[in-house]
Amino acid sequence: MKRRTLLIGTAVVGGGLVIGYRAWTDSVAAQAAALVTRPGESLIGGWVKIAADDTVTVYVPHIDMGQGTHTALAMMLAEELDVDWSKVRTEQAPPEKAFANGFLAKGWIMQGWRVPSFLDGAVDATFTEAARFLNLQLTGGSTAVRITGQVGMRIMGAAARQVLLQAAASRWEVTPRELTVAAGVITHVRTGRSLRYGELAASAAALDLSSHPPLKLRQDYRLIGTSVPRLDIPAKVTGAQTYGIDVRLPDMRYAAVMSAPVHGGKLVEVDPAPALAIKDVEHVVPLESAVAVIARGYWQARRGLAALRPRFSDGGNDTVTSARLDAQFQRALDGSDGAVRRKIGDPAQALKDVAREKVVAAAYRVPFLHHAAMEPVNATAQFKDGKLTLWAGDQAPLAAKREIMRLSGLSADDVTFMPMPLGGSFGRRGGANGATGFYFAQAIALARKVAPLPVQMIWSREEDFAQGTYRPQVATRLQAALGADGKPIAWSQAYIDGVPSRVESFHIPYAIAHQSFRAVDSRHHVRLGSWRSVNHTQHGFWIESFIDELAHAAGRDPFVYRRDLLPVGSRARIVLETAAAKANWGSALPAGIGRGIALIESYGSVVAQVIEAALGADGTPIVHRVVAAVDCGDVCHPDTATQQVEGAIVMGLSAAIAERITIERGVVVQRNFTDYRLLTLARTPPRIEVHFVRSDGAWGGLGEPGLPPVAPALANALFAASGRRFRDLPLMP
Amino acid sequence: MITLKVNGATHAVDVDPEMPLLWVLRETLGLTGVKYGCGVAACGACTVHVDGAAVRACSLPVSAAAGAAIVTIEGLPASAGLPAGELHPVQRAWVAVQVPQCGYCQSGMIMTTAALLKHTSKPTDAEIDAAITNLCRCGTYPRVRRAIRALAETA
Repeated sequence: MKRRTLLIGTAVVGGGLVIGYRAWTDSVAAQAAALVTRPGESLIGGWVKIAADDTVTVYVPHIDMGQGTHTALAMMLAEELDVDWSKVRTEQAPPEKAFANGFLAKGWIMQGWRVPSFLDGAVDATFTEAARFLNLQLTGGSTAVRITGQVGMRIMGAAARQVLLQAAASRWEVTPRELTVAAGVITHVRTGRSLRYGELAASAAALDLSSHPPLKLRQDYRLIGTSVPRLDIPAKVTGAQTYGIDVRLPDMRYAAVMSAPVHGGKLVEVDPAPALAIKDVEHVVPLESAVAVIARGYWQARRGLAALRPRFSDGGNDTVTSARLDAQFQRALDGSDGAVRRKIGDPAQALKDVAREKVVAAAYRVPFLHHAAMEPVNATAQFKDGKLTLWAGDQAPLAAKREIMRLSGLSADDVTFMPMPLGGSFGRRGGANGATGFYFAQAIALARKVAPLPVQMIWSREEDFAQGTYRPQVATRLQAALGADGKPIAWSQAYIDGVPSRVESFHIPYAIAHQSFRAVDSRHHVRLGSWRSVNHTQHGFWIESFIDELAHAAGRDPFVYRRDLLPVGSRARIVLETAAAKANWGSALPAGIGRGIALIESYGSVVAQVIEAALGADGTPIVHRVVAAVDCGDVCHPDTATQQVEGAIVMGLSAAIAERITIERGVVVQRNFTDYRLLTLARTPPRIEVHFVRSDGAWGGLGEPGLPPVAPALANALFAASGRRFRDLPLMP
Repeated sequence: MITLKVNGATHAVDVDPEMPLLWVLRETLGLTGVKYGCGVAACGACTVHVDGAAVRACSLPVSAAAGAAIVTIEGLPASAGLPAGELHPVQRAWVAVQVPQCGYCQSGMIMTTAALLKHTSKPTDAEIDAAITNLCRCGTYPRVRRAIRALAETA
């Protein structure tokens, strides 16, 4: 079998893990081509297709959930390929082995990380080829542009350009050096002959691709760094964009479902009669931990479900409340030092060595949060002729396919997963933590019931709130020792552990000689998951609030205090200084308004924010202005990049000011937007300003890093405005 | 049978009169640009025009819309007398400002904005605040406001 190694050979990284990515064997290439090409089209390297009419189709292995990465990734490829942007289209890469995102794998390893732990349970520890192929098509960890784009799309585009040049050169029997390329047309300068990419694609596809094609220098970019209109926008203003919930199939049935309100509970009994008495209701389906009603319309299914009085078990968790969970966490922090996640120096001794008045201590708490994506969880499934097809939005389509195979017991050949654009997700709908399998299992069971008809299962908004995978409620305690100059010499912290994720979130950027971070385990029955920026949401809040407390304890300006703890010339220091300068830090503000600052690095990007806010008469925060400075290396699409940070700021403010999931009698209390109040347009600050700091640092992610600084910058602003220190989220009266 | 006039066409639908208009539009008539978000008129994703007013279709029984002129996002350009394939001015502003992220709430945002601008062509910020109560989880509010301001300036 001929092996075409694409872009990278085998490499061995610390621990002896072999991650060489064998992208293309001829059989895999043929499979990919069979999936997406029609006569007259040539697939080059699996990620770009060039048609005879010069149309360039880029297969994007990331899912669109509003981040604009389809456009950005296509730009990165088109930049290196040197094509006319008007000829470029994007399509979702099919969730098949041939389209596994090997670039993502390479990116994780290149950056010295282990296999991302939010893939725990989705990726075999041995990182076998099968696991690799099945799972690396993931949208999460802010990876698209910085990894798939930087180490995938650009190299792919450059390699494709190279083989097109080779194809032209051999047709004319000249050397590639004699040729120029502009907008997808290759010209032989001396003779004036020219050929379009579309005319060369078929012969170029037969050539081997270079692993290391030369890439453009920044000054030669024509596309990267411009804000071309996003390719996904037109369909999103006409109602034409089809999300999972919009799948329409002949004779499709609709299903409403109710799972055990206490997570982990099972269905004990249900009398189907009241639902079956309702017109158009066809089935009541008892499931292990839920009951579903299938009808000819969704509203009828909802009515049927509402008529039922199912009994569920509660696993003895029916007395759990948010307050009791907090008491459990405080006991856990009292009773355990926790597992040491990082220790530098001897903070315990340093704390003993300073005078008591030089020790600062504080405790912080954050609540459960819900993703509250606007599209409720849904899935459409159909069993027909022994094969299962499932339509749904999912951040990790390959992992989703594997999960569907596991749940159905069918082989890869008998399972088709149709990944749909997501009406928001923010970590909710992805392979991690069984978050997806939970409702895929329901849809598959319902499809078996009505086979060969298709069935669309939609969680009501109330069900969506009740059965989330929440940002965990957690707590922490911190202690710091200040030196004679007021600067911290020791930082000692214990915190209730969050969700399994990359262990980067607890890091502090500041130069402190003695540090200790300890994670304390305290389990409960409430289902947890990854929420936009994952554990940075809580760690960012308490780290950047506590450093603010230290600055005030030392009698120093919070900006200057932070700056002086950061190395001169570091990305963090430049970003902090940029945010302060753009916000006119230190200038006078109207009475009652305070300024707060926060600095957090996450997913490879450094973000500092300055917020101007006041405390309203009823104790409600009023935010006037948010200024963000962002270093994500370089920026591919400035407008989309800005929008990601704007959106993260709005979501961060919403969470900081208004959001809280509480538990009573073991169940989630909030069931709709009427009691889980998202930020509205009216409460969105009139001024949100985003400034990018172009550095030569590695490209960082952008979907998440704009969010974590919001809560601490706001809490710090409220302290500056009112003298009140807020240590619990949300910042509600 | 209930007679509905949707996007200029008349349909006779055989549905329970209590069924919310949203589900008739999405399931019976296949107009999936109208979105389900909350079912309790709290989020605005299902906003359509009923006799020119922005209405949350999830909470309006279909019988209450019988005979009225209903416009969904799919029929918005035609409702302004524009030929097929052209965008309504609000949609054009949304493209110019690149408002959507995931896009799920945007049908409702656009329909609410179109209804607002029809009777208040130059809304103040306070009027925008009062009219646009639609929820957007991606946080497109700053751009929604910018797009509406741009429309007001050219009105």
